[in-house]
This record gives sequence, structure tokens and C-alpha cells, in this order.
Amino acid sequence: MSLTNKVTAEDVLRISGVDASRCMQCGKCSGACPNYDEMDLHPHQFAALLRKGEVERLMESNALYQCLSCFACSQRCPRNVEPAKIIEAVRLTVIRQKGRNYMTADRLPEKLDEDLPQQALVSAMRKYSK
Amino acid sequence: MQKIGVFVCWCGSNIAATVDVKAVAQALKNEAGVVFSTDYQYMCSENGQAMIRQAIKEHQLTGIVVCSCSPRMHEATFRKTAVSAGLNPYMVEIANIREQCSWIHKDIAEGTEKAIVLARAAVAKLHKNAPLTAGTSPVTKRALVIGGGIAGIQTALDVADAGFEVDIVEKSPTIGGRMAQLDKTFPTLDCSACILTPKMVEAAQHEKINIISYAELESLSGFVGNFTATIRKKARFIDEDKCSGCGVCTEKCPSRKGLDEFNMKLNKRGAVYIPFAQAIPNVAVIDAEQCLHFRTGKCGLCQKNCSAGAIDFEQKDQLIERKYGAIVVATGFKPIDASAFNEYAYNDSPDVVTSLEFERIMNAAGPTKGQLIRPSDLKHPHEIVVIQCVGSRCTEDKEKGKPYCSKICCMYTAKHAMLVREKYPDVKVHVFYIDARTPGKNFDEFYRRAVEQYDVDYIKGMVGKVAVEGDKLHVQGSDLLNGEQVHINADMVVLATAIEPDPTARSLGTMLTASMDTNDFFTEAHPKLRPVESPPAGIFLSGVAQGPKDIPETVAQAGAAAAKVIGLLCKNELTCNACVAQTNEAICNGCSQCEKVCPYGAITYEDKEIRSPEFRGIRRIATVNEAICQGCGACTVTCPSGAMDLKGFTNSQIMSEVDAICR
Amino acid sequence: MNYSYYPGCTLKTKAKELDIYGRLSAAKLGIILEEPEHWQCCGGVYPQGEDEIATRLSSIRALAAAKEKGQDLITLCSACHHVLKRVNNDMKRNATICQRANNYLQLDTPYRGETEVLHYLELLRDRIGFDTLKSAVVNPLKGVNIAAYYGCLLLRPGKEMGFDDPEDPCIIEDFIRALGATPVKYSQRNECCGGYLTLENKGAAQKRAEAILSSAADAGAEMIVTACPLCLYNLKNNAKTKIPVKYFTEVLAEALGVKEEL
Repeated sequence: MSLTNKVTAEDVLRISGVDASRCMQCGKCSGACPNYDEMDLHPHQFAALLRKGEVERLMESNALYQCLSCFACSQRCPRNVEPAKIIEAVRLTVIRQKGRNYMTADRLPEKLDEDLPQQALVSAMRKYSK
Repeated sequence: MQKIGVFVCWCGSNIAATVDVKAVAQALKNEAGVVFSTDYQYMCSENGQAMIRQAIKEHQLTGIVVCSCSPRMHEATFRKTAVSAGLNPYMVEIANIREQCSWIHKDIAEGTEKAIVLARAAVAKLHKNAPLTAGTSPVTKRALVIGGGIAGIQTALDVADAGFEVDIVEKSPTIGGRMAQLDKTFPTLDCSACILTPKMVEAAQHEKINIISYAELESLSGFVGNFTATIRKKARFIDEDKCSGCGVCTEKCPSRKGLDEFNMKLNKRGAVYIPFAQAIPNVAVIDAEQCLHFRTGKCGLCQKNCSAGAIDFEQKDQLIERKYGAIVVATGFKPIDASAFNEYAYNDSPDVVTSLEFERIMNAAGPTKGQLIRPSDLKHPHEIVVIQCVGSRCTEDKEKGKPYCSKICCMYTAKHAMLVREKYPDVKVHVFYIDARTPGKNFDEFYRRAVEQYDVDYIKGMVGKVAVEGDKLHVQGSDLLNGEQVHINADMVVLATAIEPDPTARSLGTMLTASMDTNDFFTEAHPKLRPVESPPAGIFLSGVAQGPKDIPETVAQAGAAAAKVIGLLCKNELTCNACVAQTNEAICNGCSQCEKVCPYGAITYEDKEIRSPEFRGIRRIATVNEAICQGCGACTVTCPSGAMDLKGFTNSQIMSEVDAICR
Repeated sequence: MNYSYYPGCTLKTKAKELDIYGRLSAAKLGIILEEPEHWQCCGGVYPQGEDEIATRLSSIRALAAAKEKGQDLITLCSACHHVLKRVNNDMKRNATICQRANNYLQLDTPYRGETEVLHYLELLRDRIGFDTLKSAVVNPLKGVNIAAYYGCLLLRPGKEMGFDDPEDPCIIEDFIRALGATPVKYSQRNECCGGYLTLENKGAAQKRAEAILSSAADAGAEMIVTACPLCLYNLKNNAKTKIPVKYFTEVLAEALGVKEEL
């Protein structure tokens, strides 16, 4: 589905509150990421592509939905760049668009099992839809 | 009334691009007392100076105002020019229309207006200038070098070779410093001890060098050429004159709990020990915290076994007071504490070591006798991962890392990798790096040899986690060139940790009133043109205390610092600052406020006979020792009665400037 | 001593043990936990977007309610703790968020992050003290090798959470020791369990859980304790390796002799 609203790098920087220019591309974030193999773009690329203004590439990335929000990247970044915040900001710019919710309530019943805590549902809905 | 000349410099386009220099020269012609005013492209050039000399003679000028760059740049130049034309050097005023005007303004109208105001202020001040004559002070022909590593040793040797007495104060029991701990040196791979110990011996045997080991500077007073230092020589409980360094005491000592600092605490040592075989002085030292005699009052085995009778449990700290003409800071560095980096499992596994620890493991005199074995199980490792930039280039957390590049890690890592591959071709070495920074003669070639000839696996990326899994270290990192996350099951991990100034640097800097940066490195007087001098006169910088550097750079800087020291010590007397404080005896009431604030101890009191309209009789009056006063002005602002004034910067001169600016 | 206590949704349903054993143990230790009447779900995840205001409001209401009572706010669930703590930091440090949130809430007095958010474990460590806890233990869990699972949310980002050293924590190990059991240290204790990804990418979540369980098993763990319902779910359900996983409050209640069968 196409995007209804154009998103710029400035939008992402404003929402994230991150200064991506501090990134020195050391790759420690991507070395720390526990879900690296599931992502098409990786934490250090979020900082790099954002610097180049290539927000659309980021918005089309599946990494937005594979990020665990575990904050390992942010914690271990030696430059205080906080890639997790960039990923979250880009995800917000997508799911705030009309018809771009990644997960909708009608898909939840199939995912339920007896032990699943409410916390999982609430978290997933917060992450994947608006 | 003075006859003043005004000289406005363009400084090429530095000033002329933002200030209408002709308009400034023109405007100043209307100032009272100004009889000549002109502009020129480069006033500091020979032609510019000739123009000034000619104008002084032609118009019989009594003083000049040069509108140019900061007085820090060329005040001395123009004072000399004035002197050569027969003027007193203190009849020169500089209006700084570059740093304080053209460089910070963009608009020509604004810049020009401000330049005129600054020039007027200088003219107003000059009207109240009086010729001044500087006094002289003698020079103590002896240097103090603080720190006995390669930097301190080299500076001391060079100064001593020029014929001056040098004292080296070293805080640990031996000189040698960090270089003594290194196995090999890059980029030649020659043995560190083999090239260092001859220098240590040379220093020890030099008739002009006096090594004061296990000692620290306690306090310092005085000024360039005339420092007085108090040095605390810590009790080592060994009579240095009697001890022959035979080592019997170190073998007999039953305590084995002390951690061997020389081997980066990788092994234990006795409570009485000699740091390493080539230590200088080759004299034992007792670690009172570990010594059974000090802990329990018993033992004394060392004393019983010492045939020289050198053990002295009663020894006390000793204070040595000595005068010096120059002081050299050569306090060096230490690796940062890696315990903040447990994402690399430094606290969790003894097989994760810092590079300096690894250096000791690789050294024949080290804890493993040079055999490459893991600290945990003493097994031979087959796969080693080196992580570079651990704590360097880190702006995230000041406690954890340092914002600067430590400069030496890329090269010592290449060295480690090569040494391992040379000696143990079965061991795989992976190096995670952000950038391989190898500027330096034969440095990049050295690093490339590690890659090409020794097949070291350089991975551009960073490690995110080292996990202890059984007896393996699971290293998870990014490989940015191949776009993948890599997982290596390593046997050892080496952290190329950042270096930081020795922890004593900050307090020493305060004692010397030397400026330091936010990382506690000593700041040079000028980053390009005065790289081995600290801003306070007579304090010089040698080695890593000033900033990260390798051995060749350290030795070069040590020599440069020595040249500056020699240049100072070969003078018999120094011209003092003419701009010193003076007392208006008619007003001074001897309240002692100025004496309390004077950082140089330049003020004393005398009972003097005063004959003024208000008072006749004997009164206590402040007197300034002009050889000691550095003209800082602390006394003038403290004096409650306004009796203290600074020559060349009198209260009335400053007020004239302010009035001119506010006019 | 009285504290405000924010249980969170899951502790009322799937994670009752975490809540009930926490309350029983607190009572035994002389701590009174007062649950505010009208608390709302924190949302489970901290809204990292600086322009997200509405998603912060439920946390701020709970924080402001605690302030009204003049009490510190105790949390149990790692996720709730993470959200409340960070939203509270925002109210303290981010003037824009603070102002916008207060514009919505229209409280009698604006809330500016005055409440102190304490995790139950911090309460044990900093207010009660592990030595006092140790002396209150009636059934020491002697000889049990327990592995602490911290996960992400209690520890990171370290500067914001201020809970423990994020790379080398010791609070749960010290807690385990106070109960008389033996803590087992293992490398994956502060790595992610897979979190909400269990709904979106089961395979990836299973890999995470297995990495943690096998690491703990290799280190000799007989039991894992955690403070997070989602961690507990993932560790229990998503790993092939099986080790009993319990809430830390359950072993606490057991050691204090107040455990009842639920």
C-alpha cells in the first residue's frame, strides 16, 4: 500500500529525538542485536540511511516489525545514538498512515494460546498498530 | 601631551575583509594626541616594521598603537620595533581588531565601527602609559622531571647531557614506566626492554641525574627559574644505600598475596619485592599492606636473611625540599579500567584480557614466561578475538569511555596479531576494528603485513556481546563489509582498551597551575607552535601526559621539551615582567589582604616612615618583590583602599579605556 | 511502611502468582502495598516517540496518584516498571512532553515527575536490605541452583533505569543468595527473551528462548526466576530445553514461609 503522507528525515529525527550525526558507523549496535538475522536492514543502517535522507527505504523495511525493543543497541552504542529510537520513530511514521497498521485485532484470535499473557497482546498492538 | 602614531594592519584579508582599514586609520587621525595614522597590508612584515620605525623618527612619536592581531601573536614583535627606533617597549599598545573584531563579525560597517572603538581605547590608554623597565631574576640551573618512563628518562638524559643537574621523581619503586611492561615495539618488533634498559642504566649512571624513586611531588612554589619543590619520598622500608638487590628477601618472604603490578596483577608477588629484573634502582620495596610484620608484628624473615642489613621497618616518609629552574611533566598514562565493559565479559572470564595484560602474557618475563596460555585453565588457545576501540571514541559515558582516539591501539593490535601468528601459526586471530588508523612511518605497511603475510582476519565492525559458554567465549559481532552478523567461538578475547592520563595528573596540574583539558591531558601553550610548553612559564610537557602518542613520538617530544629546558637553564638571569604590582604608600594601611591572595608570595610588609598631608609617622606598608611578582593583578582587585596598582595596567589606564569605549 | 503499588493488567490475570506472592511476602516483611483505585494499563511498551503523548497518560495518572498520597510507587512487572520509570523520567527531564501531557490531564497541580518509581527488587535491596531479608527467611532454599533472568526491561537503558549495572547486574543474584539458594551466573541473563515477537515471528522468539535456556542449563541452573510475565511465557513455551521458570516472588514467598497453593 502506498503512503498517503510524505515523511522526511527531519520528521524521523524530531519524533525520535535522536542525533544521528553522532553515529560513527562502528557497528556495535548491529553486533549486539539479538534478532539481526531476521532483519533486512540493521540498526547501524537506520542511522546511516537516515543521515542520507533515505527514509522511504527504512519505511519499507521489515526490521520495523522484527525489532524486539530490547534496547541492546541503544545500551551498547558508544556515541549515544539510540538506534532503537530511530527504528521506533520510522515505525510510527508508517503505522500512523491510513491503512498501514501492521497487525490488526482480527488477527489476534489465531495467535492466542492458553498461557499467553495479556502483556504480549497489549505490547504487540502498541507496536504494530495505531 | 603625547605624540601618538596609529598603524592599522590589514592582515591580508583577515582584517581587511571585514574592517574598512582605511576608514579606521582616517578616523583615528582625529583623536587627541594622534599625529600620524596609516594602514598597511602586513604590519608585522619587515616593510611594515620599517614604516613604523620611520614614522617614530620622522614624527618624534612618544608612543604607538598597532591595530592588528592579538597581542599574544605580535606584541613582542612591535615592542622590539619600537625599541629599535628608540622608544620604550611599554609605550606600545595593541588594539586587537582581528580575533576580537574581524574574525567574529560579518558586517563591514559593524566591524569597522568596533575596530575604531578598540583603537580609541588603546589610544586613551597609551596617554597614561609610562616607560617601564623590567627587572631580572636569577635562574636555578637544575631541572625537575616528574615521571620516570621513557618520556621522563629521555628528557632527563638530554638535559643532563647539556650539563645541567636533573632530578627524576618517579612515584613507583622503579623507573621504566609503561614501556618496561611492553614485550615488543611497533613497527620494527624490537624488544622493548632491550632498547629501554640501556637508557634506564644510562640515566642511573649519569653524574648529572639523580633518580628519586617511590616519591611524589608534594608541593611547589615560586616561578620560572626559581621554583621550590617539596618531594615526598615514601618509606620503602629498605635502606637504598645498603640494599644490593640480591633478592634473598623476596624469596624468603612468606606472604604471597600481593598482586604483581608490573604484570598487570595477573600473578602474585611477595610483600617484599623488586618490581622486575632490570628495575632501577635495583632495590627491594616492602608493601606494608601485605607485610606480615606490619600486619601482625611478627615475621621479620626478610630482616633476618638480609646480609646487608638493609631492611628498616622504622623507615619514615622523607620530605626533600629543592630548588629548580624548570619543571617537566612526564606522568604518562594507564589503560582505562575494563571492568565497565562486561558486555565483553571482562568481569566474567579471566580469558578476556586487556592488551597490556596480553602484552605481559606474551613477554618472556611475564606471568606465563612468554607462553601463550589462557589464564583460566592454562591451556593453549586456538582462536583469539581482538576488539579495538574499547573505550576509545566513546562519547556516551564519561565514566565508561573516552571521547578521543587513543592512537596506539591499531598498531599494537597489529603487533599482537603478528606476534601470535609468528610464534603459533595454529592460532587464528580475528580483529574487530572500526577504522584501521595507521599514519606514521612504516605503520600502514606494518598493518598490511599482518593482513597479507600473517593472514590475520580483520573484520570491519564491532563486537556487541561476548558470552561465556562453557570453556568458550562466544563472540557476537557485526561484519559491516559482508553485511552479516558473525559468531566466533573464541578461546581468548583481547580488549584494546583506551588509555587515559595517569590518575595523579589532575592534582599535579592543580599544583603547577598548568592547564588541562577535560580528559586530564595537559594542555600545551599553543597547539601548533608551542607544543611542549605548558602555559605557565617554566613548565614543560613530555610524553602521553600531553596526549596519546607512541614511543617514537614520545621520545621526539621528550627531546623537544629538553631543548626548551636547556634554553631556559643556560640563561644566567631572566628578564622579569615589567608589569608588576606597586604600592601607593600614601594609601596603604598594611591590612595584609594582598599578601593573602598573592599566589607567588611576592608581597611582604615593612614599617616605613610616611610623610603625607594626612599622616606622618611609621606605618606598616606592603612591598612587592618585583622579581617574584608575575603581574596577575589579584592584589589590585583585593586591596580595599585601592593602594595596589599594576604597572602597565593601572586602574586609571583601564578606566580610560572603558571611558573611550563608552564615549 | 506504606507504598503505592501498581500491579498492571497481567498480574490480575495470567500472572496472578507474581502479584499474590509479592503481596504476601511484603506483608510478612512489614510492607503495606496500597493499590490505587483507578489505575489503567501502562501499554506494555514504553512509547519511545517524543511526540507520543496519549500513550504516556495512563502511566502519568498512576504516578500522579502516588504523588497525591505522598508515596513511592512500587512495581512488580518488568514491563510496567520500565514504562512507568521512563515516562516519569520524561516528566522530570523533557519539558515539552511534561507540558503537553499536563495540558491533557488538567490535574489540580501539574505533575512533574515527583514520584519515585521503585521496583519491588529495589525495595528489597534499598529500603529493606538483603541482610534483613535474609534474617526473615524461615525456609532457606538450601542447595537450589537458581538462575536469575533479568531480560531487557529492568536494566536498559542503564542510565534511565538506574536499576543495576546493565552489563553486569547482581541484584537478583544477591536476592537469591539472601533466600539461602545458590545463584547461577550465565551469559544470556540480560539478553532478550523474544518479547512480543512471539506473536509475529514465532521462530525467532523460539531461538531467543532456547539460547537463554540452554545457556542457563549449561551453567547448572535448576530453576530460573524472572520478574516479567512475558519473559516467563517465552522461556517456558518457546524453548526446547526445559527448566522450571518461576516468578521471583514465588520463591520469595516460599523462603519466607508464606506461600499458599493457588
